[in-house]
Amino acid sequence: MEPAGGSRRLSILSTQVLEEQAQESDDLTDSEESVYSGLEDSGSDSSTEEEAEDQDSNDEGKRKGNSLSKKAQARMASQKKEQVQCQSLETDSKPSAQQELPLKGEYEEDSSDEEDVRNTVGNIPMEWYQDYPHIGYDLDGKRIYKPVRTKDELDKFLDKMENPDYWRTVQDKQTGADLRLTDEQVELAQRLQKGQFGDVHVNPYEPAIDFFSSQVMIHPVTNRPADKRSFIPSLLEKEKVSKLVHAIKMGWIKPRKPKEDTPTYYDLWAQEDPNSILGRHKMHVPAPKLRLPGHEESYNPPPEYLLSEEEKLAWEQQEAAERKLNVLPQQHRCLRAVPAYARFIHERFERCLDLYLCPRQRKMRVNVDPEDLIPKLPKPRDLQPFPTTQALVYRGHTSLVRCLSISPSGQWLVSGSDDGTVRFWEVSSARCMKTLPVEGVVKSVAWNPNPAVCLVAVAVEQSVLLVNPCLGDKLLYAATDQLIEGYVPPEEERLQPVTWAVAAGAEHGRGVRLIIQHGKPVKQVTWHPRGDYLASVLAADGHTQVLIHQASKRWSQSPFRRSKGQVQCVLFHPLRPFFFVATQRCVRLYNLLKQELAKKLLTNCKWVSSMAVHPAGDNLICGSYDSKLAWFDLDLSTKPYRVLRHHKKALRSVAFHRHYPLFASGSDDGSVIVCHGMVYNDLLQNPLIVPVKVLKGHAPARDLGVLDVLFHPTQPWLFSSGADASIRLFA
Amino acid sequence: MGGLEKKKYERGSATNYITRNKARKKLQLSLADFRRLCILKGIYPHEPKHKKKVNKGSTAARTFYLLKDIKFLLHEPIINKFREYKVFVRKLRKAYGKSEWNTVERLKDNKPSYKLDHIIKERYPTFIDALRDLDDALSMCFLFATFPRTGKCHVQTIQLCRRLTVEFLNYVIASRSLRKVFLSIKGIYYQAEVLGQPITWITPYAFAHDHPTDVDYRVMATFTEFYTTLLGFVNFRLYQSLNLHYPPKIEGQAVAEQKPEEGEAYAMDSESYMEKLSALSASLARVVAPNPEDEVQVDEFPVDGESAEQEAARKKEQEAVEKQKKLFEGLRFFLNREVPREPIAFIIRCFGGEVSWDKSMCISATYDVRNPTITHQIVDRPSLGKQVIGRYYLQPQWVFDSVNAKMCLPVADYFPGVLLPPHLSPFVSEKDGDYIPPEKLKLLALQKGENPAEESREEAEEDSDEDDDDNEGSEGEEHSEKEDEWKLKKLEEQRSQGKKLPVKVSAGIVRLEDKQQAAQEEQSEEKRLAIMMMKKREKYLYQKIMFGKKRKVREATRLAEKRKAHDAAMKSEKKKTKKVRRE
Repeated sequence: MEPAGGSRRLSILSTQVLEEQAQESDDLTDSEESVYSGLEDSGSDSSTEEEAEDQDSNDEGKRKGNSLSKKAQARMASQKKEQVQCQSLETDSKPSAQQELPLKGEYEEDSSDEEDVRNTVGNIPMEWYQDYPHIGYDLDGKRIYKPVRTKDELDKFLDKMENPDYWRTVQDKQTGADLRLTDEQVELAQRLQKGQFGDVHVNPYEPAIDFFSSQVMIHPVTNRPADKRSFIPSLLEKEKVSKLVHAIKMGWIKPRKPKEDTPTYYDLWAQEDPNSILGRHKMHVPAPKLRLPGHEESYNPPPEYLLSEEEKLAWEQQEAAERKLNVLPQQHRCLRAVPAYARFIHERFERCLDLYLCPRQRKMRVNVDPEDLIPKLPKPRDLQPFPTTQALVYRGHTSLVRCLSISPSGQWLVSGSDDGTVRFWEVSSARCMKTLPVEGVVKSVAWNPNPAVCLVAVAVEQSVLLVNPCLGDKLLYAATDQLIEGYVPPEEERLQPVTWAVAAGAEHGRGVRLIIQHGKPVKQVTWHPRGDYLASVLAADGHTQVLIHQASKRWSQSPFRRSKGQVQCVLFHPLRPFFFVATQRCVRLYNLLKQELAKKLLTNCKWVSSMAVHPAGDNLICGSYDSKLAWFDLDLSTKPYRVLRHHKKALRSVAFHRHYPLFASGSDDGSVIVCHGMVYNDLLQNPLIVPVKVLKGHAPARDLGVLDVLFHPTQPWLFSSGADASIRLFA
Repeated sequence: MGGLEKKKYERGSATNYITRNKARKKLQLSLADFRRLCILKGIYPHEPKHKKKVNKGSTAARTFYLLKDIKFLLHEPIINKFREYKVFVRKLRKAYGKSEWNTVERLKDNKPSYKLDHIIKERYPTFIDALRDLDDALSMCFLFATFPRTGKCHVQTIQLCRRLTVEFLNYVIASRSLRKVFLSIKGIYYQAEVLGQPITWITPYAFAHDHPTDVDYRVMATFTEFYTTLLGFVNFRLYQSLNLHYPPKIEGQAVAEQKPEEGEAYAMDSESYMEKLSALSASLARVVAPNPEDEVQVDEFPVDGESAEQEAARKKEQEAVEKQKKLFEGLRFFLNREVPREPIAFIIRCFGGEVSWDKSMCISATYDVRNPTITHQIVDRPSLGKQVIGRYYLQPQWVFDSVNAKMCLPVADYFPGVLLPPHLSPFVSEKDGDYIPPEKLKLLALQKGENPAEESREEAEEDSDEDDDDNEGSEGEEHSEKEDEWKLKKLEEQRSQGKKLPVKVSAGIVRLEDKQQAAQEEQSEEKRLAIMMMKKREKYLYQKIMFGKKRKVREATRLAEKRKAHDAAMKSEKKKTKKVRRE
């Protein structure tokens, strides 16, 4: 509420205006409130409320002016005409359809009540009279009938089209009659729609008059003397004070105690009850204590703990979390030279963070003696004999020696090399007995395992040569020649995948007896243990990758109808009519008699390079280019019994000894690893595999080390050929 | 197959953990309040074994609390206090806004506060538990005690920290339980043994702090709030165990009261008591006067075999500890003004020495510089004007090194202005294969009672070594001549070989087989072969272990080499200076 003094002052200031106004418009009540309401311009909130009261108190007839019109009256009485017009807008809502209200004296307003038929139903929803023919009652209690309205949509439309005043015609709800709005009314409606004052002449942006300025005036606004009561002490207060005094006297009210802010301590652990330990404490993971400082944190550390320049630089470039030392060791001559540690508060803070933010976890630390991890194997000394030292080196080749083979007697060794020669060596003396030049790289050599025949198969380029080395027993190799010459061709020529040719002339002189011409380069050649059949692998796609030849009948055939991938190598089973075919990922075992697939071994290797079969025929080892050696127990499973990753680089060849429980693998890393591989007759006992020796001798050349390994048929000796163009015998 | 479909993440480890936000919602606390609660109650996140399972298949980084922990927090009465405090702050703000100063005063008077006693009891059910966790509490309180009285936290907290730490120091002095001290570049480390528990704390060097801005002091204040409560109760109990008054009383205080003029000169009456206590020079009053006859002799039980050995070792250790406790007994120290008074006074008092300082430095100086009974004066300045005969002038490191060595070290190395021997950490216990600095070896020898005169002999040896070096130089020349000849011969041989046929018979060399070496080689090869046969996982573990071992060895050799190089450099420098002097 605004202070009364202020309004009073205002009223004094504006009395003249008010008096004038009172004379001119007697329909305004002369009550005080109405006077205040005239002060609306002053911007006080209260005036609207008063006005509302004012309107309520006045009877309906006197409810002519809204706040707008009143304001207008208050401000200037000269604008009576407009005021009347505004009132007329208001009265439009009344039944007394004053169509032509304009330009009447203000006194006519008073008589307007009596003048016309007025609906006396009051302010009710007019829908209540919807179903009746009348719309209410006049002052005499007679019905006021609704005007006849039989307009349908068409009429309405026509009316809209024809009547130019249609847009300004409204229906009076209380009488149901059509009203045509005057220009002034239309203008007013438009102004109100725009949110402007209804009165054109009202200026909403009048300069504000600061009645209640912040400056205190020297004179009071009123000259009224102070009240008497302001000099008389209050009884009520006296009563209250006396009550308080009494309470203090009686000791009911005490002065507030100063709060004890020093904490009190007592023996908290006076009764230590072990049962009170909560279950939670068993789950509790105590925070690890901070690491205690070492010598390097000393203010005067031993000189070896100080960092050199490079170490300092490295330390500074490391991330703070990666550093091994969290402070830079420094040396100070004496205690007084030691500065404050800049990160002290940081470190305490980080410890705090660790304590409440860092997730904790119980971790089992593995406390193993590394010696216990090493498996207990039989000592190599107990597994002798096996090759241990390099005994002989066979030199003569000029390029890498790809393949080796040994005669069944163990007296002769044959080797094929990239320099385009096949050399025959005497094993015991390392002498090169014979050199057979061939055109092209020798991919594979194989000595016939039949001791009664002296014949070597050599794979060169696209052909396989059957060579009689003419070494050893004269009778023996003469018999071999006779055997070859005694061949009688069959009567009818059969279609063969290869052509057999008999060597003649110089070639025959060098020892070549038969030439099997394949259409494609030959990768590998191997003999059946009986010595009559031999198999060759072609480096080609398609189903004719493997061919089986019968030397005595000069007859060849392609055993497979479909290709199962690129064949890496093939092998005859030593005892039974089985045939191993190694493709890139797996090894297939075919039964030659039944002509069916007997087994498929999954090597788990990326690329098989070589394989060898145990002389008993139940175990197979497989070397691969991903430096793995897989041992298969054919009776056990199609998966490897053991995978050995002994070599660092790709395995090139593997070999079994014919009598001793030994196998060897040669690899690109230049080493040959000899393992003891004992196979027991007892089916329940798994093979025992123990590496016994790592043989090194070959120098790696062109990323190749050992290319072929081979055991002596009777002695525990091992031959290996390498990329350094040498063959070595380990005994 | 019947039965309901099992839903994922509704059983097992997923239900044992709760994320931080969920926990916060469950407790209806703001993050700051939740953190405070976790700090006070000692609740920490747990790392689940299978994070993905707990995280409901997501791999997002989240912190997990044990659901049981959170449920346990639900019943905490302090949570209500937190809420009350929140309301209090709101009311206070309103009152301030309305400038209702009476209301402000009234509200401030009724500020809600909480006690942490029950939490201490709950977190540390036994006293030993509390002692075990005292490290951080002490370090934090010592840090807060050095904070300035303005700004970073409440003055009361700082004062309380100071009081509690001084009380603790006094207890350590009274019980003589200090064991190790270490001057690090970070601060001074102390280790005391209280009731068999090693308690380590660090105090910063007495300088003003350069307060970092990236540190949340509210978190630290919350920790300190807890730690002060803990330390207070621990102090009470410790004082009780020694029959000391708590709060501590200085022995013979009546005497001090008789001459108040001293106190007046130094501090206000209210503060002088605390100051005297923190001077650490006076011993504390006991509730019951100690009686030397009361000390109980431990009965000896007949023991056999191994345990007898253990018993003997234990006894020996105990004797050493007893001896260490009386290290400075009978010695009278005087601290010069440039020496950090508090740590050194504390250490000396812990080992039974008497200590005094300049009167202008601190209250309760007991004797003067001119006192003729002073045996050691601790000095940290390069040179002294006039020296009093009959006392050692030593650098402060002597005190620290002597304590760590458990014996009074020879004083010669610690005279003022002398290059000090390295200060070694007493917390390092070298195992087999670790690098041991030569100073430590020397110290160990000293402790065993070997003759310290050895050193002088060594030095003499060094001198002779130097002479040897000169000889060596000539010898080296001879060597090189011989080598040259041999090389020439070899070259000639090679040339002659080139001309002749490669076939040549040369006299065989008899190779003596070293059987031991051969056996060793065989064994190592055996091992190598066996390692080849290891399973993949075991091999990995084995290699990891071996790698760690090798790294340790490498580190040790690196340090040893560095030391060797350094010593050589020092020697040559010495020689040079000697030569210069001679010339």
